[in-house]
Order: sequence, then structure tokens, then C-alpha cells
Amino acid sequence: MSSKTSEPQGPTSGDSDGKTDLKPTTEIDDVAIRFAGDSGDGMQLTGTKFTDETAMAGNDLSTFPDFPAEIRAPAGTMAGVSGFQIHFSSHDIHTPADRVDLLIAFNPAALRANLEDVRSQGMVVINSDAFTQKALTRAGYEEDPREELKTRYALVEIPLTRLNREALQGLSLSQREADRCKNFFALGLLCWLYCRPTEATERWLAGKFKGDVLQANLTTLRAGFAFGETTELFPVHYTIPSAKIEAGTYRNITGNSALAWGILAAGKQLSMPVFLGAYPITPASDVLHEVSRHHEFGIKTFQAEDEMAAVSSTIGAAFAGQLGVTISSGPGFILKQEALGLAVMVELPLVAINVQRAGPATGSPTKTEQGDLLAVLFGRHSQSPVPVLAASTPGDCFHIVLEAFHIATKYMTPVVVLSDGYLANSAEPWKIPDVDSLPRSTVNFAGRETMGADTEFEPYRRDPATLARPWAIPGTPGLEHRIGGLTKEDISGNVVYTAENHQRMVDLRAAKVARIAEDIPPLEVEGPDSGELLVIGWGGTRGAITAAVESAREDGLSVSQAYIRHLNPFPSNLKEVLTSFKHVLCPELNEGQLAMLLRSRFLVDVQSFSKVAGQPFKVQEIRERIDSFLTEKS
Amino acid sequence: MAAEVAPKLTRKDFVADQEVRWCPGCGDYSILANVQRVMPELGVPRENIVFISGIGCSSRFPYYMDTYGFHTIHGRAPAFATGAKAANPNLSVWVVTGDGDGLSIGGNHLLHTIRRNLDIQILLFNNQVYGLTKGQYSPTSALGMRSKSSPQGSIDHPVDPISYALGCGATFVARTIDVDAKHMQQVLKRAHDHKGTSFIEILQNCPVFNDGIWEDVEDRKTRAKNTLVLEHGEPLVFGSEGERKGILMQDGRPQVIDLADDDDPKERGVVIHDEKLETPSYASALATLTRPDFPLPVGVIREVEKTCYEELLEDQIKEAVDQKGAGDLHALLHSGDTWTVS
Ligand code: SF4
Repeated sequence: MSSKTSEPQGPTSGDSDGKTDLKPTTEIDDVAIRFAGDSGDGMQLTGTKFTDETAMAGNDLSTFPDFPAEIRAPAGTMAGVSGFQIHFSSHDIHTPADRVDLLIAFNPAALRANLEDVRSQGMVVINSDAFTQKALTRAGYEEDPREELKTRYALVEIPLTRLNREALQGLSLSQREADRCKNFFALGLLCWLYCRPTEATERWLAGKFKGDVLQANLTTLRAGFAFGETTELFPVHYTIPSAKIEAGTYRNITGNSALAWGILAAGKQLSMPVFLGAYPITPASDVLHEVSRHHEFGIKTFQAEDEMAAVSSTIGAAFAGQLGVTISSGPGFILKQEALGLAVMVELPLVAINVQRAGPATGSPTKTEQGDLLAVLFGRHSQSPVPVLAASTPGDCFHIVLEAFHIATKYMTPVVVLSDGYLANSAEPWKIPDVDSLPRSTVNFAGRETMGADTEFEPYRRDPATLARPWAIPGTPGLEHRIGGLTKEDISGNVVYTAENHQRMVDLRAAKVARIAEDIPPLEVEGPDSGELLVIGWGGTRGAITAAVESAREDGLSVSQAYIRHLNPFPSNLKEVLTSFKHVLCPELNEGQLAMLLRSRFLVDVQSFSKVAGQPFKVQEIRERIDSFLTEKS
Repeated sequence: MAAEVAPKLTRKDFVADQEVRWCPGCGDYSILANVQRVMPELGVPRENIVFISGIGCSSRFPYYMDTYGFHTIHGRAPAFATGAKAANPNLSVWVVTGDGDGLSIGGNHLLHTIRRNLDIQILLFNNQVYGLTKGQYSPTSALGMRSKSSPQGSIDHPVDPISYALGCGATFVARTIDVDAKHMQQVLKRAHDHKGTSFIEILQNCPVFNDGIWEDVEDRKTRAKNTLVLEHGEPLVFGSEGERKGILMQDGRPQVIDLADDDDPKERGVVIHDEKLETPSYASALATLTRPDFPLPVGVIREVEKTCYEELLEDQIKEAVDQKGAGDLHALLHSGDTWTVS
């Protein structure tokens, strides 16, 4: 961390927003902070608002919300702790950071649950009002940890509850209502500490609240900011210069919002109505919520009675000629597998999204994992090939939905898109794409005019280029036909059970999916395209892998990186890439599923680096594995 | 300018070129024939008709109809139909299911599809047995039924399809019999004309695994005695001449009384059938009538009006467009806080 400190600016040299700066500022280039409190303390909101302000300040950023599965776990307990981490920087960053420079803990449980992630001598800000004997006991502290903490961290104790109450005196709010605002006091304080503006938050508050509640939140936000300026607890505050990023208009986006907007965009880009069938499940429900707010796009949303109905209704809509999309997380996706097998058999286009979470069973619904790769590839009965794509950043979730629809309709196949709990809720600055530059495609339904007057419609006569069968939708005169789950005869689509036809149809479906490789860009290698070690990954671990590999290369190690966005079919140059390196290491948040695939497919000695803890990789973990790996092999 | 008149369709236009593969004597044959006969009379272009089924003997139905058809997976036909109808409300969607498909594995989908009241028809063929898997007891089988999987007799209490549909809030509930062609055709037409989900239980004989289960109502000789043919506004009277009987309600309980041929049933206090009652209690009482103490009601048990899901869905889109204008992708992507880096 580089820093330079400037002198305090006197009242005459106020900064650009007219506020007077009474304290010196120190310029730093990279900070990670974490807000932690009870799930009722508004940590996610506070974190999101700080993120918005940070984005406006022009920093690159990456966030990691980490919240409990219980909606309202008992207050003050470890189970109820909700955290929001943000890493922001004046340079390009890829992850929410392994360790934080500052933790703000609203109660003892939040402190205890998060302390180990604070870097040595980092700053720990606590709400001292919450450190009662009772609260300490609830958090599992046998004795007050504060004295001991001072030896390892810069502990700053602030009577947050009291200061907030004092700031709100005179407003007609109950004490409970007043206490609910204290997160904005903390937000104001941190905005001061890192020289963030507060305008976006104030605008947001004005749009959200009215009357005394609005006044209270604004007041305490400003009081927190002013407290920073005047208190002796913080001798300096910090500036983080804007990052040098590509020109363009940016916004913050989470993976789930990006999926939702990708779904809305698909209707526009393919000029077709979209049908979303879904059943609520963490962490995918937000996609259903966001899409449901935008019926003006003509999209039909259907909250089904269960996961099977969600996917079945979607296939029904696809049969009737719409762009069908369904979304869930692992437990729900598994329930959809049978119907997806039918979609494979009847060769109808749809997109099935799985926002993976930690399992098995209910597992940890709010925690991340990449455990479903083999399940989506091979988890249906029999031979049931589907294309599988995996998003690698929050913003990529937008583009990947468009690509999935393009593949689904061009090849008449269900397509699976994988995201994960980390991408779902993490935010990053996203360069808003120019709508005119987004890919467009047209879908041609089969029509009677394409056939001779007396010819029978043949629902399984394929396009020789793509092997896609025609999409003939109800309402089209002359193309009445039946499809279904029974084995179909090639071309006619009639039900037949001959051995020869069965084999042919299995082969054709496999060949069709394999052919999609022609539409897939070659796998790119970041770093030298041959050498000692290739670190290969997929999905939401991309940021951590990139950061680890870049740091290793900066230290002179011969390491390159590739990440696979298309997991079925694979990019056609994948084998060539794998064999250009002496060693291949594959970090995954599962027990080595991609590694297993690569080994069996290409007979390459891919070494798995597995972590299944419900948490993303830390950059340092991957970096250390790279180092130890290279040492072992040398 | 005279509109082009489409040639009138006949039953033949709805017969697919596939060999029908039900067992000889299966009740499904006559149901198929009657459905094919009714289709030309509905005034719906053939290309707008869709048959959707699940799994089971009955679910082979779409393959034999020369319309659009989709043979899906076990129990889920109502969900596929929901998607198809919601996607294109112009379609005339017919779900074909059985007692196992519809009430066992698909019971949940049936419930939710009925309560949403999409304007579709659901035909449930009830033969009280699993036919396609070769003869296990089904959710409508009588307690004690001996089958391959219940050699000592089934210990499941059966579910009654009509009561189930009423419990789900069905707006149209009817029952008919596989062999009663005329009655079935009337009921099918009424079901089609009803706006909302129409649920029809069709009593169907499975000569292979459960032969004769409906014999007393299928046999012309005993049918009049054992069925109560419902007509809106008409008294609940059954039996043939010389043996007429009526049903009245005493202390909230149905009771059978004998009627002389010249009795006026109304004067005798016989209940007048009213399909349109908003509260389902009367229809539910009818559904509990079982043999041998009572005749089995056939015909339209209930028909009431409610809004349809697919229309409300379209209304919400219109409302959103009216309020916000048609969706603008550029505006969406730029909504909220953005910043420009130059
Ligand atoms: S098993 Fe029974 S229901 Fe099935 S086709 Fe044969 S007779 Fe009909």
C-alpha cells in the first residue's frame, strides 16, 4: 500500500464540494473494508450504498455480501451476523480481497465472526454501546476481548447507538425507529474516512423515504460524516484516486441483476416474447423479482407451484413459440432434470439457469459453490447432452444469457447457464454496453410455405448446417404434428422403437451439441501461451485466479491462466492449450469436477485444487498453491 | 369482400395417421372417437388446437389426434399446458390425464392449474388402476383393491376426482362415461364453451387390469338406475319409468325418495340442480353421492365465472406498458446511478 499525506486544507481551500477539510488526507491506492452487524442492522444496504458512492468516486471495486440463511436469526448471535465487504482501488482489481483493512462491527457477535479476516494492525471500529456483558455472552465471548484486541489491531470504539440517538433528538421517532438509522451514521462516518461523496445516498433516501424517517436518515448520515471531521479518533482520512479504466459509462451490477437484464434484453435482441417460469429459491429469486418488475418489456413471468412446474411451463411456452427461460439453484435445478431430458428429446429451445449454492441437500443456501457442473452435464438419466455455459463475472451474466438464447434457438436445444452465489450477489463496475452493438438474431418458425402442397410436415427433418429440427408452433396451419418423450423416428418424428433408429437419434443429438463448438471462440490464454504452469478455471473463480496468476507472474514465475466459459462443448483448441504447458492446475469450489472432465477427455494430468467451504477462493490461497506446486514439481 | 370460408372439418380431419395402440376393448377408444367427433363442431381452426398429456395409457391420446400435440412427462401435463396457454391465449388447450398421472404424481400441478383458472380443458380418464405399468392400485382405487402391488388389498383411502377439483376451486366440473357418446359430446362442448379451467372426469373401463369397475353405470340396462343425469334448472330425478326417484336435502343431508310417475318432483321437495351456485357446498354434496345408496351424478356439476390467469397476465403487461411505456433496454441499463469515464 503506497501512501502520501497532504496537509490539512484550511477553510479557504475547501474541496470541490464546498465542504471544509479540517484534517490531513492520505492518498492510498487500495482498501478493503467490511460492514458487519446483525441481519436486522441493515448491513447489506449500508454496504450497497457505500459501493454506489465508491463507484461514483471512480474507483474499481469488487464486493462480497455474506449473509445468514435465516431471515431473522436471533439478534446478537453468531448465526445472525450479516457482512458486506467491498474492495476498492485506484487500479484494476479482480476480487473482494482476502483480508480487510477496516472492519466495522455493530455488535460483539459481528466482531467475533469477522475478526480473523482483518489484516494484522488493521482498523477495527466497534459500536461500544453494544458491548454489554449480555451481548458479549450471546456472542460467545467469555471475557471482554477489547483490551487484547488493542495489541493486534487499531481499535476504535465509538458509541454509535448514543451518537445516533443524540443526532436524532427532536425528531418524532420512537427510540426503536431512531436506532434503526444508526447504520447511516456509520455510513456517513466511513464516507468521510474514505472521502466518498454522499450525494447518491441522499438522492436514494429522498426517493425511498418521506417525512421524519427521511429526515432522520439524512440527519444521521450527515452527523456521521461530521463526527469523522471533528473526532480525535481519526487523525487522518484517506483518498483513493480514481482508477484508470476504459472510457465509457459505468454502473454497478450484481450477477443476479445482470441475469435479469440479460433475460429482458434477449426478448429485444431476438425480437421475440420471453416467458420466465420460476419457483422461489435462494440465491436465484432476485432474478425473478427483478424481471417481474419489468413487465413493460412484454415478458411473461410465472411463479410456478414448484420447480418441476417452473421448467415444464417454460417448455410449454417454448412449444408455443416463445423464448422460455427458467431459473433456480442446485436443489431446484435437480428437480428440473427430468423435464430438461424431455426438452433434449423434443429438441425445443430454452435456457435453464442454475445459480449454484453450497450443498448437498439444503446445504448453506446463501453460500457459494461450484458443485453442480457434473450434475448439469450428466445428471439426467441416459444420454442427454446439453450445451453448458458458465458466467465468470457479474457483468458477464448479462452477455451469457444472450449467448445462451442465441445457441438455444439456432440449434433447437435447451441450454444450461451456470452462475453461483458469489457472482449472484457481488457487485462490480460494469461498462454499460451500447445496445446497438449487442448481438441480434432472428428466429424463423417453420411455415407451410416452405413445403410442397402435398408433403407431410416432418418435425425431425434437420437443417444440414446446424442439425436443428424445425420449430413449428401451434397456430401454424398445415404443420399439425405431435412431439413427446417417446423415441422419435428420424425425420418423421413418429414413435418407433427400432434399435437402429434409437442409435441414430442418440448420435444425432450428440452431434448437434458437439457442432456448437463451431460458434465458440477459441480459448484465450492470459500470459505466455506455453510454459511451466497453466492455471485453468471456470465460472466465478475467475477473479481470484487472475489476481493470483498476475501476482505470480509479477514475481517472475512462469504461470499463465485460462478460464473456460463454454463447458459443453469445449472450445475446439482446448486440448492444444492444455498440452502447451508442462503442468496444469485447476482451482475449483468443488472436489475437482472440471479437473476430472479434462483428465478423462484429454488424458492430460490436470491437478485439482479444491475448496468446498461455501466461500470463494482467497487470492492468497491460489497464489500459495501455485508456489507450492511449482516447488514440488521443480 | 367475402371472407374466405374454410372448408368444414369432419371427424376424419382429426384422426392422425398413427396406429392406435390401446388394448382391444379399452374405454379410451370411445373417448378418442367422441373427442374427434366434437372437434369440428367447436369452431376452432384445427391449427389452434393443442392436446397435452403426461404419462400413462390415457396420455398416448395426443399421438392419435391430428392436431398439435405434446406427450410430456409423468404428472406435469397441466404445467406444460399452463406455459403453452399463457404464451398464446388463442390456443385451445386440452390436457389428457389419468387417475395416476393426474391425482398421484401430478396432483400438485392439477391443484394449481385448476385454481389459476386458465381457459383450458382437463380430461381425467378414471379407470382406478395403473394400466401402463401393468396393474397396480391407483389413488382412486377402492380400499381393499387387490392388485400386483397390493396382493392383500390396498390400504389407501381413495381420492374422489370431483371432490378434489371442487376443493381446488374449479370453475367447471363435470363427469361423463366412456360409453355414453351423446352425453360425453355434450359435456365436451360445454367444457370448451366455459371460460376457465374445465375439469371433466371420464369414467373409463380398463378391461385388462380393472374390468367392470364402472359396469353398473356403463351398462345401458342399469345406467338409469345408477346415474343421476344433471341438467341445470331440472330436479334431481333418476331411475326409469315406474321406478322414478328423487333426491332431497334433509337437515343438510341428501336423501332418496320414491316418486310416482305423475308426481311433480318440485312439489315433493326434490332439489333443483343449480350449477351456478357460488358456494361450492352444494356441488360438494353432490360429489359425495355414491352407490349403492345413491346414484352417481353425471353431467355438469358446477359452472361459475372467475377471471382467467392468462388474461390477467396480459393485463399486467398492458398496465406496465401504459404506466412506463414499452420497455427500453438502453434506459433500463442506464437506470439508477451511472458514471462516465472519459
Ligand atoms: S391397460 Fe387398460 S387402460 Fe391401458 S390401454 Fe389397456 S385396457 Fe386401456
